[in-house]
Amino acid sequence: MRLLNASGCLDALAAPGVARQLDAYVTKTITPLPREGNAPPRIAETAHGMLNAIGLANPGRERFVSHTLPRLTELLDIPIWVSVGGFSADDYAETCAGLDRDAVAVIELNLSCPNVDEAADGAAEIVAACRAVTAIPLYAKLSAAHPDVAAVATAVADAGADGLSLINTLRGSALDPRTLQPVLARTTGGLSGPSLKPIALATVHACYAATHLPIVGMGGVTTGQDALELVACGARDVALGTILFSDPDAPSRVRAELADASARVGVAGPDEAHAVAHDPERTPLRERSVTA
Amino acid sequence: MPRRERRSVVAVDAVGPYTLLRLARGGLDPGTPGQFFMLEAPGRLLPRALSLCLAPPGELAFLLDVVGPGTAALAALEPGDAIHVFGPLGNGFQLAVERPLLVGGGIGMAPLPYLAEALPGAPVVLGFRSERHAEAAALLPGAEVVVEPTFVTEVIDTARDVLACGPEPMLQAVAELCPDAQLAWEAPMACGYGACYGCAVEIGGELKRLCVEGPVLRAAA
Repeated sequence: MRLLNASGCLDALAAPGVARQLDAYVTKTITPLPREGNAPPRIAETAHGMLNAIGLANPGRERFVSHTLPRLTELLDIPIWVSVGGFSADDYAETCAGLDRDAVAVIELNLSCPNVDEAADGAAEIVAACRAVTAIPLYAKLSAAHPDVAAVATAVADAGADGLSLINTLRGSALDPRTLQPVLARTTGGLSGPSLKPIALATVHACYAATHLPIVGMGGVTTGQDALELVACGARDVALGTILFSDPDAPSRVRAELADASARVGVAGPDEAHAVAHDPERTPLRERSVTA
Repeated sequence: MPRRERRSVVAVDAVGPYTLLRLARGGLDPGTPGQFFMLEAPGRLLPRALSLCLAPPGELAFLLDVVGPGTAALAALEPGDAIHVFGPLGNGFQLAVERPLLVGGGIGMAPLPYLAEALPGAPVVLGFRSERHAEAAALLPGAEVVVEPTFVTEVIDTARDVLACGPEPMLQAVAELCPDAQLAWEAPMACGYGACYGCAVEIGGELKRLCVEGPVLRAAA
């Protein structure tokens, strides 16, 4: 199991020390043209989650390839995953075609940003267009808001995706209690944080059962136990998102907690617990209680 | 380099309607005046960004105004409680100025006591919305204090090198009068270290992250 950041939750150029705690670094989503992002206010805190409406602020693919990626490569000695976004299958494919296999370990196709208006083409169509132009492994980042995310996972697997990133934020809103007006300038934003964990567990479980593709599980991971549970649902790797905002030391802490959490359930490490939630016969605690 | 440490509360003092939260400094560097720290707000998901108000020996002190659940949680701390503190972060004031004038509005006076220590003898002008709020001027003995309807912009010497912190309308008014002023701005922040892109503000016609580009910016920027 590798520990990554969720796209958009860490700028390795601003905080390389945080990125170096990870096993791979995922960039903020890159779009064809530069985007300033949405007007502020862009973030709001709710009782158990955070809303963001950043709006894919990024330098655009040209400047990313010429400036950002070389600086990342120089700064980090961990694999770099590039998150790619766009507004049509061609947008995605053209960006993928411009990424060098030597510099980019994985392309994560962001098929699920809740903060942009433009509707993307179908997920499978985008994956197929990208598959046709790059040999770099493709991970499809899907939204749990889809009524049948396992069907989408199956479709992108058939279109050539090598893996899945699950889940993205879910659209929500928050009001200022004094004015009853939306806190965010855009009215809505993506909900992240601990409130997402049950949804992430369900989505990873369903998509693993449907595809058996490698999955990066994310959504509300705060502790090593959270990460272990995603692995048990079928995640091969785990990404940290909102927790990075409050705890820049979270990668090291979660890794240490993972070792403890694994030991508590009687496995040598998280990999040994991979997908156990699908198979009661493999439950380590159950085995242990039988022998006890 | 910023560090994140769990620090214990030394004291929580009332200063007029505001709260001065005093923490044991531990291994944290107080940084440059105008820099800020992310303080864990117990029971809340995200920490709160607060500029350092005072750095007495062995302590870091933060002046806060209770405006929501995060600042309420911080104000409710008691001596002996402990919270995570991360910093110092961002860019503080440039101290190499010839004729400094410190200008604060309301809770925006927070970074000025620590700044005043770095610029001994610099005159200070503070503006408040009421006499009760003006009690916080006790943290800066000798400051000239004005209370609404008088505004700080009516009394400041614009020929001086102004270093200011206060509400946005005040900073905009100061910027009009003093294009070279150094202004400490505020924006909602989730992380404080450039990760979340939440604190975007318009600088020179572009949206930039206040936590890494600021929070202290030149008025003309």
